[in-house]
Amino acid sequence: MRAISLALGLFAFWLALSGHYTLFLTTLGAVSAVACLAVARRMYQIDDEAFPVGWVFGAITYFPWLIVEIIKSALSVTKLIWHPKLPISPTMTVVTAGLKSSVGVATYANSITLTPGTITTGVVGNQLTVHALELEGAQDLEGGAMNKRVMKFERAR
Amino acid sequence: MSVVDVVDALSWVAIALGSFFVVTGAVGLIRMPDVYTRMHAASVIDTMGAGLIILGLILQAGFTLVTLKLLFILALFFFTGPVAAHALAQAALHEEIEPKLDHDRRAYSGHAADRGAADNELIAGFEEPPTDKE
Repeated sequence: MRAISLALGLFAFWLALSGHYTLFLTTLGAVSAVACLAVARRMYQIDDEAFPVGWVFGAITYFPWLIVEIIKSALSVTKLIWHPKLPISPTMTVVTAGLKSSVGVATYANSITLTPGTITTGVVGNQLTVHALELEGAQDLEGGAMNKRVMKFERAR
Repeated sequence: MSVVDVVDALSWVAIALGSFFVVTGAVGLIRMPDVYTRMHAASVIDTMGAGLIILGLILQAGFTLVTLKLLFILALFFFTGPVAAHALAQAALHEEIEPKLDHDRRAYSGHAADRGAADNELIAGFEEPPTDKE
């Protein structure tokens, strides 16, 4: 199942990038999608980590939420940057991810980094070391609202 | 004013706003005191800056393959950006460049009170990560 959806996904990607739909070229696209699939299989790379297809359902609600978070924190960082006194309070903290899979922890760590004002500087197991531009940013993460949201995303698989 | 004009105007608003965030990020990059805080300023560029400029370009392109390709570029930014930022931050820490901190909550943020025990309780399925010391 996963292999078939990977091949279809690759072929759709090829079609989107090509823009030429003659029989010859489309056949070449199909052949190259199957060739990629063969190579991936040989490398045992078709697992949940390499091609997390089940995560699509959670992503439909997770990514819009993440984009809203990014906009909110980007505006607050923008305000800080233009503030004449530059009132930053750099903080480092450790937060625990309540996630069960490595894809989940990677999503959480990358979501933290993607949100302006917080960067994940290290991950050990489910312990994430975070550098935040403001004390409030660090405290929000310690509060675990984002962690809960990513856990919901993980459960939607 | 036709629909085309409105879309055109919206696209220029998005591009101008995006440019503003790029300038903001650049100013922040200069004003911030150390590596880590500068990275926060830079992240405004590759989220809001790139996002709004690409949104503006999508409105210019309309429903074409170009729009799809622009969305691919945006997705690429969203997945590679944090990886690069994480690698940079970790490289800086590895070189023992100490962040200038107002609050260091690493030691006493609750669960980390007993770090030794926490390290042993890594969730099942995780491989023991290699130690940082060479």
